[in-house]
Amino acid sequence: MSTAKADILARVRGALGPSPVVPEIPRTYRLAGTLVRDAAVVDLFCETVSEYKATVHRVAESALPDKVRAILGEGLRVGVPAGFRDLGLPVIEDRGLSVAELDELDAVVTGSALAIADTGTIVLVSGENSGRRALTLVPDHHVCLVAASSVVPSVPDAIAALGPDAPITLVSGPSATSDIELDRVEGVHGPRRLDVVVFG
Amino acid sequence: MSFQSAAKVTLKDAQLRRNIGKATTLIREKRLRAVAEVPDWEPLRDAGEAIKAHTMATLPEQLEKLEAAVTAAGGVVHWARDGAEANAIVASIAKRVGTDEVIKVKSLATDEIEMNEALEAEGIHALETDLAELIVQLNPEDKQSHILVPAIHRNRAEIRTLFEQTIAQGQSLGNEASAIAEAARLHLRNKFLTVPMAVSGANFGIAETGTIGVVESEGNGRMCLTMPRVLVTLMGIEKVLPAWQDLEVFLQLLPRSSTAERMNPYTSLWTGVRPGDGPQEFHLILLDGGRTNVLADEVGRAALHCIRCSACLNVCPVYERVGGQAYESVYPGPIGAILTPQLNGLGSAPSLPWASSLCGACYEVCPVKIDIPSILIHLRGRVVREEKSRLTPEALAMKGMAAAFSTRRRYEAAQRLAKLGRGPIVKAALPGWTAMRDLPEPPKETFRDWWKREHGEG
Ligand code: SF4
Repeated sequence: MSTAKADILARVRGALGPSPVVPEIPRTYRLAGTLVRDAAVVDLFCETVSEYKATVHRVAESALPDKVRAILGEGLRVGVPAGFRDLGLPVIEDRGLSVAELDELDAVVTGSALAIADTGTIVLVSGENSGRRALTLVPDHHVCLVAASSVVPSVPDAIAALGPDAPITLVSGPSATSDIELDRVEGVHGPRRLDVVVFG
Repeated sequence: MSFQSAAKVTLKDAQLRRNIGKATTLIREKRLRAVAEVPDWEPLRDAGEAIKAHTMATLPEQLEKLEAAVTAAGGVVHWARDGAEANAIVASIAKRVGTDEVIKVKSLATDEIEMNEALEAEGIHALETDLAELIVQLNPEDKQSHILVPAIHRNRAEIRTLFEQTIAQGQSLGNEASAIAEAARLHLRNKFLTVPMAVSGANFGIAETGTIGVVESEGNGRMCLTMPRVLVTLMGIEKVLPAWQDLEVFLQLLPRSSTAERMNPYTSLWTGVRPGDGPQEFHLILLDGGRTNVLADEVGRAALHCIRCSACLNVCPVYERVGGQAYESVYPGPIGAILTPQLNGLGSAPSLPWASSLCGACYEVCPVKIDIPSILIHLRGRVVREEKSRLTPEALAMKGMAAAFSTRRRYEAAQRLAKLGRGPIVKAALPGWTAMRDLPEPPKETFRDWWKREHGEG
């Protein structure tokens, strides 16, 4: 054991004394599974996301490729995670793109693991659906697909469904800063444009 | 400089007072709305408070679990007794990586141990990537004044001029906030994509899983946590949380209390190293840096529960008048008044526990229910008892009191508080407290009028 570690732990134990009181944790807040997961939850999600100045689109799953093409138009360099669903448009799959190659993308289309209605949050979990973290970070425009069935009501619902195995990014609206007179200015270092396509 | 003399300097700056007043008023109103829509806000606060108290009581176990979990996930854990040790660890990693520049995400812990200066002395430049930190870093004479919005004391026109003279190299930016943000984006983008090492702080570290969390807005955090090859995270030992489930409490309490949003734009959670995604070398430095001293004070230790949301700053009448810089610490406002003297030793900041009117607003907004007024009273007692030989506490106390009780209402509120006794805490502080209990008649003038009369305009 490093001596610094031994010293710090000894100091902590000394500070706490021989029998510190360990309080119970009251979890009387709304736990996972408390709220009903119905169609209203998806409506609420669309509403809360749009309040962050993200653009929300609601389509049937079959209309997904058309919608994505309509959002992106023609001639853009569009990145997607390797093996991503067919969008009917030319894409560049991320099979280990270099930083320079990521930087040349105009937009990226990915899926998401789940979404939180209460807070308008999209949850990206590193993997084949959401892509790796850099893919949804470097390009300036992120089109994120959210399955309606993946929308959960609350933050506890999301935490209960997630785990530590892969990196997680919670995204609530486009990159923003409130550092200049507390005005929320969209778009600093992350994607400045966020389109959320809720399907199904 | 004591808080009272430092306050005298900042009180003179009318622009600074206007900037801070405008900002805190805005964010106070926003926070109220963000909290009002959560029906179980109070149960969440109760849980937050209990999780923190539970963590402190079991801290050795939690820290060992965290170390084991981070290590199992491919990270390296270091322990640092003080800032100098932590800075030396970061410098040695940078040297091994072979870089003379690191990118940084806003981190109060690194500010607290003056990491940037320490790295600079080793020939390593630490580049701040948060917009507000950048604003402060670009002006060598500036200092942070708020936990969350360090440049809260700067208005748009001032920031624009600063950027035009520095990163925009003389180019005119116009008055839109977005143009100012764009200048920062261009300035930093190349750094994010090329610098091989980043340093971050941490909002949480989950003992159960080894997961570290960083909550942010701009995306500079994601850039630093994702793009470089090597990531070093400095975390105070009090930031550990026992269980994964605890995230659901703090991810609700923190954003609504700090930026007054339902959720901040980005939260990153990662566990050790993930092959093919993000830094392939991850170091976690666990810092004591005076925290065990705070822990040793049974009453004062609740200051370690702080999740740095800054809600208490925004509601504090004293902070609103004097601004953050008067606290001469990286932790300003009510939390600074109880944390700084405990972290650095009471003798280092003996006047800070008087930098309050005890109006209780900080306690009401605190998402983890830290009873700041009671801790202030307790610390006043300790200062009087322990620092008597070195100071003239009565003089100090009376001076601070007079400054603090700016209006009759606040003074009376404080008296009520003292009378109610707030249970055992005030009683414990009484030996010291009685020395200053015979307070003068409540002043009928305002704090500013009093200040003017007492100290003159100059
Ligand atoms: S003391 Fe409470 S209100 Fe103040 S910054 Fe810390 S957590 Fe927030």
